Amino acid sequence: MAITTTIVPTAGPVAGSRSFLSRLREGDEIARMITFLFAASVVLVTVLLVFELWQGSVLARHKFGFNFFHTSVWDPIFEQFGALPFIYGTLVTAAVALLIAVPLGIGAAIFLAELAPARVSDTLEFFIDLLAAVPSVIYGVLGVFIIVPLMRQYVHPALKHSLGFLPLFQGPAYGVGFLTAGIVLAIMVIPYIISVSREVLLSVPRDQREAALSLGATRWESTWKVVVPFARAGIFGSIFLALARALGETMAVTMVIGNTPTISASLLSPGYSIAAVIANEFTEATGELHTQSLIELGLVLFILTFLLNGFARLLIVATSKRGSGARA
Amino acid sequence: MKRIAGMLLVVLTVAGVLWADSALSITGAGATFPYPMYSKWFDEYHKKNSNLEINYQSIGSGGGIKQVTEGTVDFGATDGPMNDDQLKAYQDKHGFGILHFPTVLGADVPAYNIPGVTAELNFTQDAIAGIFLGKITKWNDPAIAGPNKGVNLPANDIVVVHRSEGSGTTYIWTDYLSKVSEEWKTKVGKGASVNWPVGLGAKGNESVAGTIKNTPDSFGYVELIYAIQNNMPYGRVRNSSGVFVKADLASVTAAAAGAAKSMPDDFRVSITDAPGKTAYPISSFTWLLVPAKFSDATKRDAIKGFVKWMLADGQNYTEALSYAKLPKEVVAKELKALNNVQ
Repeated sequence: MAITTTIVPTAGPVAGSRSFLSRLREGDEIARMITFLFAASVVLVTVLLVFELWQGSVLARHKFGFNFFHTSVWDPIFEQFGALPFIYGTLVTAAVALLIAVPLGIGAAIFLAELAPARVSDTLEFFIDLLAAVPSVIYGVLGVFIIVPLMRQYVHPALKHSLGFLPLFQGPAYGVGFLTAGIVLAIMVIPYIISVSREVLLSVPRDQREAALSLGATRWESTWKVVVPFARAGIFGSIFLALARALGETMAVTMVIGNTPTISASLLSPGYSIAAVIANEFTEATGELHTQSLIELGLVLFILTFLLNGFARLLIVATSKRGSGARA
Repeated sequence: MKRIAGMLLVVLTVAGVLWADSALSITGAGATFPYPMYSKWFDEYHKKNSNLEINYQSIGSGGGIKQVTEGTVDFGATDGPMNDDQLKAYQDKHGFGILHFPTVLGADVPAYNIPGVTAELNFTQDAIAGIFLGKITKWNDPAIAGPNKGVNLPANDIVVVHRSEGSGTTYIWTDYLSKVSEEWKTKVGKGASVNWPVGLGAKGNESVAGTIKNTPDSFGYVELIYAIQNNMPYGRVRNSSGVFVKADLASVTAAAAGAAKSMPDDFRVSITDAPGKTAYPISSFTWLLVPAKFSDATKRDAIKGFVKWMLADGQNYTEALSYAKLPKEVVAKELKALNNVQ
């Protein structure tokens, strides 16, 4: 689910200078109306989506009410449905993914935008865009054949050996689970973070750097203390794009998460995510309540994305007020 | 560029019109398990009856039941028979019923990966149910080791692997477990997806097979066809006569023959744990769902014609694709039932 940025169409720059009729005749008004319709369709689709999810889950909502959010039994045969393990799995895998992807992605973007020669930067950018375009099932296959065996044989035992006293790294080493899903997701979202952050960093005006350098800052000081804060809003944007992708990713996650609705503090434990269970069970869901509960899970995912998105925007507003030059 | 696109459009439209004019098109949707068989049959049948085109979407049994009930397809297909509620829903919506026609047979086999063990293991009903209920957790448990004398089973934890997505394969497996274990029946039940007491979920036969192959000490189930085509080793299962039987096309057909005597008129029968010394116990029919009444007589005759052909010549194509044939008694009964399609 992508972050939708709705730009409210204010009156065009030339609006008001001529009469409505003459603008209509010259086509400006027509163009404005048509493009407005296109923009409005985004809102329309969103509203329609929520409406459908709301309508389609009426039985499940009435039967389970708020219990849906805090019970953890998912039993299609005896028709008991609780979403907690799926919500938990979705949030945990996305958090692990961001924890890995954010430092790596932003670090790489800073190198590409600020420190690398233009030719190196452009070549690497080509590969990054290529990575961003790889279908997620390919990442899933990569996960199944390379990451899962590596995790089972080396990473899980090593983590248990060194950090096994923490509840985070306990239990049997299956290879699949929250940590593996988080790592695969991190690989998938890093290209987004790098690509968007690099663009944002490149668009920071030259004056900013020159001013910092002329005040005696080193190259790194100008990058870290001037350029990065200036581009902060855009970098946050790239992170939230990555977050949205991680929350909604289906195919790659279902291939490596273990598909077991459990809530466990251990990252090595198998889990399940909202998108994965919908993809797995929807086609063969015969009972009405089962289908509707899956649709309600879709609604939950939508709300989750919506809340995190709103929170992200608040964060940007809050930090840019406090910050010095974050106008980007 | 534009001109080429325009010409292409014209050609396609003309072709489409001509096509629609000459061919009768029938659509079906449902089970994925018999899809390779069905697509072969529809293809062969089309070669003989060039004016009939049967389109089949393998969207899953649940989807097939839904679509045929909604009337968006001409026929459905399922790995688990429709239950009474579903039949009633169909009857209420259309004013007439829907008939089940068995087409071929499939089976689930127990697959495992125990380092150092190459022997074909024997599994009792209790062992399989115990492992899947999470009560038998180690490979050297007496319930497993008992019928496998001479095999050195390790004291390692069993990693259970099951299908994560709803599937007919799971339906057959859980149907079997419900029959051999009272506890499974009351605690978990049977269905395309269930609330698994233990284990990892993997998507599709290939993913279950891959997980078993990559995970030491694992145990799971895959379709017989998949195991045969990929040369996967799998174990023998004890049937209701107390014989350990290895799944193959003959033992699966034997299970159907064992159940044929008590076959109900609507063909909605489960043949897991079927009687018969040579019967493989985790077998199942897969069904076509054909409405009892058609408003369009040409469509009705075309579908009846196809089912008739499928029951006769069509059965000769099954073994090449590793599906088990229908027993003769069932074929005879189906031909009779076909008269109920009006």
